Order: sequence, then C-alpha cells, then structure tokens
Amino acid sequence: MPGPSATGTPGPGAKPRGTMAEVSSSPGGRPPPGGTVPAGRASTRDSVGPTVAPADGASRAVVPLRVRAPGPDETEYRLSDVDEWGRSEHMRAVARALYDPVYSRWFRAEWDGLEKVPETGGALLVANHAGAIPSDAPVIMHGIEKELGRPVYGLADYFFRTIPVLGTLWSRTGGVAANPDNAYRLLHDQEQLALVFPEGTKGSSKSFTERYQLRRFGRGGFVEIAMRAGVPVLPIAVVGSEEAMPTLLRFSRLSRLLGLPYVPLTANMVALGPLGIVVPFPAKFKLKVLDPVGFDVPPDQERYPRSKVMEEAERIRTRLQDAVYEMLAERRSVWFG
Amino acid sequence: MSGPAGGRRVLVTGADTFWGGRVVQALEADPQFEVILGLGTGTPTVSLERAEFVRADQAYSILSRIVRATGVDTIVHTFMVVDSTAVKPRALHEINVIGTMNLLAAAGAPGSTVRQVVVKSSTMVYGSTEHDPNTFGEDTPRSRPPANRMERSLVEAEQLVHDFAEDNPQVDVGLLRFANVLGTEIVTPISANLSRPLCPCIFGFDPLVQFVEEDDVVRALEHVVRTGVRGTYNVAGAGRLPWSEVAAMCGTRLVPLPPVTTGLAASPLQRLGAVDLPPELAALLRYGRGVDTRRLVGTGFGYRYTSAGAVHSFVRALRMRRGVGRRPRSYVYEHDVEQFFRHSPSVISTSEA
Repeated sequence: MPGPSATGTPGPGAKPRGTMAEVSSSPGGRPPPGGTVPAGRASTRDSVGPTVAPADGASRAVVPLRVRAPGPDETEYRLSDVDEWGRSEHMRAVARALYDPVYSRWFRAEWDGLEKVPETGGALLVANHAGAIPSDAPVIMHGIEKELGRPVYGLADYFFRTIPVLGTLWSRTGGVAANPDNAYRLLHDQEQLALVFPEGTKGSSKSFTERYQLRRFGRGGFVEIAMRAGVPVLPIAVVGSEEAMPTLLRFSRLSRLLGLPYVPLTANMVALGPLGIVVPFPAKFKLKVLDPVGFDVPPDQERYPRSKVMEEAERIRTRLQDAVYEMLAERRSVWFG
Repeated sequence: MSGPAGGRRVLVTGADTFWGGRVVQALEADPQFEVILGLGTGTPTVSLERAEFVRADQAYSILSRIVRATGVDTIVHTFMVVDSTAVKPRALHEINVIGTMNLLAAAGAPGSTVRQVVVKSSTMVYGSTEHDPNTFGEDTPRSRPPANRMERSLVEAEQLVHDFAEDNPQVDVGLLRFANVLGTEIVTPISANLSRPLCPCIFGFDPLVQFVEEDDVVRALEHVVRTGVRGTYNVAGAGRLPWSEVAAMCGTRLVPLPPVTTGLAASPLQRLGAVDLPPELAALLRYGRGVDTRRLVGTGFGYRYTSAGAVHSFVRALRMRRGVGRRPRSYVYEHDVEQFFRHSPSVISTSEA
C-alpha cells in the first residue's frame, strides 16, 4: 500500500476534479442564499452550475443553476465579498467606474471579433504586451467585463504580490499570480477567463525602436496550461499600447539596485515630467480577437511533448505578430486610429 | 484493529496539551475505545474520565516500553508544536522531530501491535511566500525551502512520517495538516493578536487566510481514527478571508508594521507583549495561504464550520470572556485522586453497568 503522500488521489496527473464543495462555492464568492445572482455574475454562475455534479448523486435529475456546497454556507458571517483569489466584485465595480473614462475617452478602445470570446466556459486569453506601464491588461479586462459581463482574471508576474498596497489592489481587482496551478484552477475547475501575456516583462520593457515586435513567448508554458486544462487559447492582438507609454531608455543598474524588473525612461516622463511616470498618452487602442486555438491532445496529462508545446506556442506568436502587422498597415493615425 | 479484549487500545501523545486532552475526551465517550492512554510531559489540563495518564519526557524515550507493555493498536500523535512562541527553539526540534522519530520507532519496532498512526501536522508545511499557488493541494510541493525553524521542524517531522508509512505497509498512517485554528478555547499567536484592541498587520498587505474551528480539529482527528483512512489530508474551513476582515469581525484595529524590516520594528512591541509575531506568522500576514480540502471531505468528513464560522466562534467566545472576566481553571490534576478513581475497589464502576 502506498504511503501518505500517494493515497487519496486518483493517481498522478489526474488532478482532483472540481465536483465538490470548492467549485460550486468558490468562483462567485458569495451567492446570496436562495436569492438572485448579481447581474455581473450571472454568466459565470451559469457556466459553473451545470458542470457540478451533486455530491451524493441523488438529485442528479435536477441540476440547479447554483449548487450549494454541502456543509455550512461559507458566505455566512462574511463582511466583504473578497473571493478566494482576493478579487472583490465591489472593488471591481469601483475600478470599472474609475477606469471607464480612460477606456472609452482616453484610449477610445475599439474591439473587433469580440463575439469570439465564449460566453461560458474557460478560455485562456493571450495578448501582446507593450508600454512601460502596460495599459493593455486593464483595457482587455475592462473591455471584456464591460462588453460581455464576464470577469477576467489577469495573470501576472508574482513580483506584483511583493509590492505593498499595489499588490493588494491588483489582487482585489482581479489580478492573480501567474502560477500553473492557479491557471489550471481558474480555467479547468472554475471555468473562468484568464488573461496572460506570454512575453512577460520582456514585452513591456522593450524600447520604442522595437515596437510591435513580439518577444519570445517564454517556454510555451501557457500552451501547456491550456492543454492541461482542456481550454482553447484566444489570441488578442493589441495596437496602441506601444505608443501609450514608449520606453526610450532603460536603467539596468538602477533596476538591479531597486530589485525591479526594469526601470525605464519613458517619453511620457520627458513630456509630462513626474506626472508621466503614470499617465499614458492618448493613443487609440484597437483590439482584435483572433480565432480560438484548440489543441488536439487529451487534458489532465502530467506532461506534454515539448516539441508540440513549442510548436503551438510559436504558431500562436506568429499569428499574433501577423495580425498586429496587419492592423498597423491599416492604421492611419496613432492617435485617431 | 482490535486488541486482546475486542476493544481498541489507543495511545494519545500530548495528553496534557490542549489538543491531546480534547482528543482523549472525545475518545472516552465511545466504549469502542477500550483502553486510552494519555502520554504527556506535564499534567493533564482537562478532566479525564477513564483514560490513564502517563508522564514521559518530551523525546518519548520510554515509549517503546509503553507500547510493548500495553499492546496499543492506535497512536494519535497530537503533540506537535505549531507555535514557535510556546517553546524554546531547542525544544521545538526536540519535540517535533526527535519526539516523532522515537514515537515512530516504537510503533515500527519488531513485534509492535500498532496498526494505525494518526499525526497532527499543520498547513505551515506549505510555507507562505509570493511564489505560492493560490491553493495548496496535499501533493503540491512547497515553492521555496522552509525559511524558519517552525516550518523546518514540521517538514522534517512529516518526512519521518512518510518514511514510516513506506516502511510499514501494515500500518494505516493518516497525516492531517490543519490550517490556523480559531475557536472558543485555544490560544495561539493569532488569537492573542486578535484579542487585543490593536492587532498587527503589514503595511500594504492584506493576505487571505483560512481557519479551522477547534471542534472540527478534534472531529477530524476522531474521524480518521475511526475510519482508518490513509494518506495526507488538509483540514481547513471552507472559504478564506482577508486579514483586515478578520480584524474587523473581531473588533480590533489594525496597526501596520513597515513592510521592510518588519521583524526589527516588531521586536520591541513583542518584548512589551503588545504583539505576537513569530516568523511563521509574519510570513502569513504577507502572503496568506489557502488549501484544498476536497480530499478529506471525500472520505466522508463533514465540516461544522467555515473559515468565517471559525472566526465567528472565536468572536463569540471573546465577547463572553470580556463579559465575565477570567474564569478560574475548572480542573486541576491531582495524581492521587485520579489513581483513586481508577483503581480503588471502593469506586463503583459505571461503565460496566
């Protein structure tokens, strides 16, 4: 018989499936007992409900929209609506209200192919990353929440967690550390939308002379996550992010000294002074959702062939790069699109 | 899993501590457990009905003799220190690592009658760093090596348990990892902080923490002793709360400590007794920790409390304590009195009636 570490699991690779308490109760944070679902949440609830098998199997005939976890109600006694990811719907609403003028007036974000984002089920959103303080992440998260009413969890470097105040705000407004376990739990167990920038800081730190030239897509980890979770990858090409905050110079020694990924001198700082550290230029944002990429592999495998993973990652990178070039060829003005 | 006379014979370590005492009390209520031996270094703090209390040193050097003499079939190892402020650093290693080693050596000795070992550990073995996943499953490895003494001793002790399980396939080994405990009675650095009007936090951090209620701790241990399930299990209430919300529920005001040189800033306050901030708690107050509890639920265990429920239970007890002041200790162990009740022919035994 196996020792403690091996017992109780279905076996290696087969991660515990979300059929019990966790799934039904976690993504929404607090379903009102027996009441209605808040409007912004309806779609996620729906997406979770039918996949949850009743724990006892007795009431299988009727699959309610919201399956209450067996045992005590975890929203009882709670004072806030912060969910297990640290996300608070209340904080999101505040952030949405504050960010909407930036989204619709400053950047005048315009979407193409938004209907390709599924209304239910998990999907991994993948986009190109640019700008010293990249505006692409909030624009995509805000846009999809506003247009489709689906929450998007933004996966970012764990470095964010270490920054006081900012790390907490980032978490409350839907940020999650880019950890493979986190991504699997979000995409597979909870069927959410997760956004990732495979270029990472290599994308946002590149200088303006290299604008819109996509960096290496890491080691293809995002493809492996999507394969394991059994969800499609949805590439999103973004134009406008480079001009919103162009990097002129990088101070590598200073960044090492401060323990930051990079310390740039941006055109914004030159033009606006200290204000330019945070204020982006009003470049016109255009976003194009490309066709979803599915993978012809079984989910929940321990490992996937590296060659296959790299090949798929490179294919997605090429498609995104081509789409970005295409959009740039169509663009008449940086500021007016 | 039955002893000579049909009933089970259980040995509970740390019977003089909070958890050991509670587990012994829970087992005493069931006649299925024919013999209950409580092992401890001090004197019992709760009234024991029929359990025999044996005093031993913390490294359990006499344990193999006890196991051989009494023929116990089950060992419940609750004497695992999870609060580094409670004991000296030296004793921490001695109790958690050396104690567990001797205990398992006795249980695995040739001719041993032991068929089940249940160990109480802590989710602290997962650590708390920025590299952590949001949720730890039982098989999720630590993201970084242990950074403090507390975690190191628990990781070492668990390794011993894993090795023991591998070497002794005839023994059902259950390893329970409990989240931070809150409840009506238990005193931990967390509960001490939350009881004060001012409670520490780290500036700019509001981690998500998960709790388990003390009744659920005892019930989980009892559940595993009864069912004999093998393997490692996380035990924690459903849901998790930001530390600020926990403080708000407890009616305490958060005092932010600087995010850099936190230990330095906290040390004078610790010396004054104004805060409790052992290194393992300082890490938790930065990054928090969440665990997956589906596996234990899958064995048929039902929780009575959620994380928020555990906080609520603690708050109720806190309010009551404030209302009535300090209550006198309800029980003082007197060795001769206990011996009299157990062995004197004048005592009429009610359990056989």
